[in-house]
Amino acid sequence: MPDALAEATRSGPGRLLIAVYGIFALAAAARSAVQIATRFDQAPVAYLLSALAAVVYVLATVTLAVGSRASRRVAFLSCAVELVGVVVVGAVSLLVPAWFPDATVWSGFGSGYGFIPLVLPVLGLLWLRRTAP
Amino acid sequence: MIDSLAVALTVLALVAAAWSVLLAILDKPLTLETGATLGLAGAVALLELGLLAQAVIGVVRLIGLDREIHGPTFVGYLVAPVVVLPLAGFWSIAERSRWGASVLAVGCLSVPVLVLRLQQVWSGHA
Repeated sequence: MPDALAEATRSGPGRLLIAVYGIFALAAAARSAVQIATRFDQAPVAYLLSALAAVVYVLATVTLAVGSRASRRVAFLSCAVELVGVVVVGAVSLLVPAWFPDATVWSGFGSGYGFIPLVLPVLGLLWLRRTAP
Repeated sequence: MIDSLAVALTVLALVAAAWSVLLAILDKPLTLETGATLGLAGAVALLELGLLAQAVIGVVRLIGLDREIHGPTFVGYLVAPVVVLPLAGFWSIAERSRWGASVLAVGCLSVPVLVLRLQQVWSGHA
């Protein structure tokens, strides 16, 4: 029953999770588009990471909303990449600030966004496990 | 930018967010059949109209501006809430549980954040 699985993935707390993911997907995509289009040479590493984060958020939003078996696997990977990204980039941005002349979504463990980027992938992974068939 | 409109949008968004949170706590789904949910829908529609007005006024004032601000970022913060609020609205009424109202609460809470960032970009602190 793939439809029941999709319904379970996007109902209840899952609906709120996807909404927050959607807002982050939009914010990260818009921000990185402006950064890359207007001042890419100033901080290429930070801006490429912003673009990567944007892609991962969009992917997580869409795959969670679709909620099929295959898309849930992609959602799982997206959440895992996000979690690794926010932890690694967060640590590096504190240890070697010179590498990040401009902030990314993941700098300082997402402190510029109320640490939601750190919490979101954890909630995503927990939700995928909770609704697993 | 226009301080009075920004304040009005912020207050209205916070009221709608608090209203949504209350409905979520009371476990009232967004049926659009009770007075409380219809009132909330009205508040959100009014908020969307205000955001549209802000976007139009903002673009007009940006064109006539005689100092340097970051134009693409400014337009982004003008357009973002206009897009986000209806998306949150439709995503929330498709859910027939308390989580629908919580989606709307998050959508409404994004408005004051975006309005605040808009003011910062306008005053030159991009």
